[in-house]
Amino acid sequence: MATATATSPITPGPKVNRLGLPVLEYRGGKTTLCAGCGHNAISERIIDAMFEMGVQPERLMKLSGIGCSSKSPAYFMSRSHSFNSVHGRMPSVSTGAILGNHTMKALGVSGDGDTASIGMGQFVHLLRRNLPMIYIIEDNGVYGLTKGQFSATADLGSKLKTGVINDLPPIDTCSLAIQLGATFVGRSFSGDKKQLLTMLKAAIAHKGTVMLDVISPCVTFNDHEGSTKSYKFMQEHDEPINELGFVPSFEDIEVEYDHGTTLDVRMHDGSSLRLRKIREDYDPTDKIGSVKALMEAHEKGEVLTGIFYVDTQKPTFTDQLNLVDQPLSSLPESVIRPSREVLDKVMASLQ
Amino acid sequence: MAIGDLALGQEQSKSAVEDAAKRVINDFSIQVATVNGSGSQSANSVLLKSIFGMGVPVSGKNLFPSNIAGLPTWFTIRASKDGYVARRKYIDILIAMNPETAREDILALPTHGVAIYDESLNLKQYRDDVVCYPVPFDKITAAVCPEAKLRKLVRNMVYVGVVAHLLNIEMTAVEAALKKQFAKKQKAMELNFGAVKAGAEYFAEKLTKQDPFVIERMDATAGKIIIDGNAASGLGAVFAGVTVVAWYPITPSTSVVEATIEYLKKFRVTEDGKATFAVVQAEDELAAIGMVLGAGWSGARSMTATSGPGISLMAEFSGLGYFAEIPGVIFDVQRTGPSTGMPTRTSQADLLSTAFLSHGDTKHVILLPGSVKECFEFGYSAFDLAERLQTPIFVLSDLDLGMNNWMSEPFLYPDKPLDRGKVLTADDLNRLGSFARYKDVDGDAIGYRTLPGTDHPKAAYFTRGSGHNESAGYTEKPEDYVNLMERLARKFETAATLVPKPVIEKNGTSKIGIIAYGTSHYAITESLDEIKKNYDLDVDYLRVRAYPFTDEVHEFVASHERIYVVEQNRDAQLASLLKLDLAAEQVTKLRSILHFNGLPMDAQSVTDELVTKEGL
Repeated sequence: MATATATSPITPGPKVNRLGLPVLEYRGGKTTLCAGCGHNAISERIIDAMFEMGVQPERLMKLSGIGCSSKSPAYFMSRSHSFNSVHGRMPSVSTGAILGNHTMKALGVSGDGDTASIGMGQFVHLLRRNLPMIYIIEDNGVYGLTKGQFSATADLGSKLKTGVINDLPPIDTCSLAIQLGATFVGRSFSGDKKQLLTMLKAAIAHKGTVMLDVISPCVTFNDHEGSTKSYKFMQEHDEPINELGFVPSFEDIEVEYDHGTTLDVRMHDGSSLRLRKIREDYDPTDKIGSVKALMEAHEKGEVLTGIFYVDTQKPTFTDQLNLVDQPLSSLPESVIRPSREVLDKVMASLQ
Repeated sequence: MAIGDLALGQEQSKSAVEDAAKRVINDFSIQVATVNGSGSQSANSVLLKSIFGMGVPVSGKNLFPSNIAGLPTWFTIRASKDGYVARRKYIDILIAMNPETAREDILALPTHGVAIYDESLNLKQYRDDVVCYPVPFDKITAAVCPEAKLRKLVRNMVYVGVVAHLLNIEMTAVEAALKKQFAKKQKAMELNFGAVKAGAEYFAEKLTKQDPFVIERMDATAGKIIIDGNAASGLGAVFAGVTVVAWYPITPSTSVVEATIEYLKKFRVTEDGKATFAVVQAEDELAAIGMVLGAGWSGARSMTATSGPGISLMAEFSGLGYFAEIPGVIFDVQRTGPSTGMPTRTSQADLLSTAFLSHGDTKHVILLPGSVKECFEFGYSAFDLAERLQTPIFVLSDLDLGMNNWMSEPFLYPDKPLDRGKVLTADDLNRLGSFARYKDVDGDAIGYRTLPGTDHPKAAYFTRGSGHNESAGYTEKPEDYVNLMERLARKFETAATLVPKPVIEKNGTSKIGIIAYGTSHYAITESLDEIKKNYDLDVDYLRVRAYPFTDEVHEFVASHERIYVVEQNRDAQLASLLKLDLAAEQVTKLRSILHFNGLPMDAQSVTDELVTKEGL
């Protein structure tokens, strides 16, 4: 690093992270989503989290399906490879991509339609496998690109702009994720910067399937009176279940915390996720209790947010496959093509 | 001529003795009629391999129901001194082990055929013009197999012994085949060999040969192997260095992946027990091909195997693979459709739908293996092509090739190193400064790609199934779209220079040609010999091995007056595909010979139709 001298005035450069990269290197293309769209706020938080956690952009794969939310990987982290696939099928593409190179971080961005309607089949199997990836649902309860039809996460009785009332119950992706095997499950709100950023940083430190349902109001089709996915509704009904704190492994800080009211979860990379209890009896390592709390809140008309469930012990899908350390994509011919002798042996056995 | 059951020592009729004198050596077919789930597969395999061990060319075809246990199944073994391995229309020797179908089975026998059956069935009542050999299977089995629960399985080995004695198959050949079958299971080997010997002894002591059929030792199988097409494809994939396999079980392709897994576990695990591969049984075919493309995108060699219903489900992703230019290999083992069709019957009816699988202007590269050897060779070269052309490659075999045992020359080790296609490394990027993912810089319409994880700030690009320009940026500009689509069309022309060329047999003077692909080959080659022998007519023959069609196909059509396109579907799919490709004046030369009843094609059907159409 250049040393400043008395004759050259010091102009502070942009703030850099632990890799020496400025936040600019985490940015993407210009968004084409509507001004005020919750998805843009989520993209901003992803940029902040990746920057603050010092994720090397080239070590991240971005994956998505189809829809407004699935477009958003184009709007953050241009230095990361990205795959915008087909509607509802991002989980399978992610599975294949991660198997091809299991040393990479993977971030999937989906929407409520992309996940809970057309993508439900692949979504549930991704959860079962505990695939090592962060899976974000940018959840606005409607289909934006086709101009505002209900999706499967829309609440019973919520109203479209056209006056149509939703008469089917919603799918709670968080309950589903907990039941089916995801090992880090949370819900946040695109308008809650602090909670969402902390959640994302902890998600980056986690090794298995992270499933985050982020309520992300659609300013064009679902931000009106009668919507349960609007900014106003969320501001009035957001009930955090815990207060989140996160200490990354590379920040050697000793933070005092009250063992009685705070649960300290040691993440895979040595980071600490601190969950300060807001509800006395809530234990985010208790699967059944987590689902119960979600169902009870739903009955009361509350939108519970926070980290509902964490399991840092369960093996991931790639652990179970017992893969070699090197990415499968870069194994040389000498490793992946058996020898001539092997073929001769097989032929002899067939004679 | 009435030939009834003959007890030992009974006087033989004069005509029977005369018949026996007209010996038919190494040229007949045997059909075993059993109930599926009764364990007859091992017995049939031992019988087939015993004949193979006698040096006689042999083929086996399993006609089985879409059912787990209890429905009729027929296994046909053809011994052919001339090496013909196609299905024959008629059989010579029936082994009727299924009471449900026994009457129907014996009624289907030609005059002078042979029937071996359990004596309780009393089949001679239905036919007085076939040779009957009643055998008390239960009694023989009980004597050699004290354990009642094993008798159902061992009972089948008794007929192996009966047939071995009937046809003069050497007991050493049967023993060698049994040893192969029960490799390390000494007890099973002894028990089954006991049953074989008991069957042979029964025939020797109680029955007298009344038929002309015999196996005589030849030397036509030395050094040859026996394998089914699906195992050969799987073996090919392993030698291609496949690293990600995602699949959903479906008849008749399941054994492609099962064989792949078996070989991977044997040959692709490191000394410290780590896997150099990942296999995922996906939730459905949509997920299977999604995983294949995800893996292909990240740089792995990936594959799936499926059949009709599965390939229909893969349509949308196939279009993504084509449009976003992602490698992957899809084995489609064809069965009859539409819809569920007949899952355990063979066909060649996925060709057209696969060629254009997905919406929009999509065109896929297809490999068409016609032998187990080609299943192996295309099984590995498909991966090279997929990465070279950056596109999904479809390998279309069929149930007949995939699930039946075929004799073959041993497979040869790949003669070329793996072709990983155009991939830029961080060093390349340091040298180049930047790259445009979809730019045709070499004139072959194939761009350069980078793999996720490439440690360079300019390595990343955005893959999408929506409109994109040369730099992989989103676009809806008409000229960008047209450029992209035209380049993909040019890439298809590049593919035509890389795919396997057709195999052509011609004498240079014939005005008539046949074009076909895949397993139709075996009926055709036999038919061509029949036509030459009986009508003194030479017919040239071109076997297509890939789509896009190469120049040789066009030249072949141009150099003949009439072309018979022989295929196993109703709608003349190969002919249709050819018509799209050929010049207008060539199209009228095409005529179709179609076979689509779900059974493998036989030579006689081809001969009859061709000579009728030729007015001979």
